Amino acid sequence: MFRPSHFAAVVLFALFASVVFGVTQRETPRRMVRYGLYCFVLFVGSAIVLSWLMFLIAR
Amino acid sequence: MATTQDKKNDAGSGFVYLPLIAGWLVPGAGHFLLRKWGRGALLSVSILGMFLIGIAMQGKLYAGAHDILDMLGLAGDLGNGLLYFVSRAAGWGADQVTVTTGDYGTRFIVVAGLLNIIAAVDAHNLRTGRKA
Repeated sequence: MFRPSHFAAVVLFALFASVVFGVTQRETPRRMVRYGLYCFVLFVGSAIVLSWLMFLIAR
Repeated sequence: MATTQDKKNDAGSGFVYLPLIAGWLVPGAGHFLLRKWGRGALLSVSILGMFLIGIAMQGKLYAGAHDILDMLGLAGDLGNGLLYFVSRAAGWGADQVTVTTGDYGTRFIVVAGLLNIIAAVDAHNLRTGRKA
């Protein structure tokens, strides 16, 4: 059984979803890569920001 | 400069929904049919990877629709096409989520199905010339 940490699961999810978004939502390879990276940063970044918010609220 | 009409003509003849159906049944197959090898490989690896990691995390495969959430989960799972049916037949995945990672795994499987639908529609758009 595969048991990744919560953060590893977030990174894997972001990686796969970003690749599909990049390939399907843009037309040229350069724009695909840029949009994929943009989605990846947004996925992981928002998870980190929300995690800190929940940590501070729970204190 | 290629116009939209030229792109439509380049798309060729035949059953226009074939890439859509093939892409739904097998992740990336719609793009492979259109000779978009790179895009197809990326989509195939991403969707297959997400689905298999979901299974490996003991994610649940929705089998029936008892309430609205189950119906939505089943709709997402069905997006995986043959992967879903083969996994059900092989008895993969969990019937009930018993560990935390199983809950993540269930989401991975549902999202893999939804991403596969997006990929299949993209293959259809390439086929009709709506996208280059």
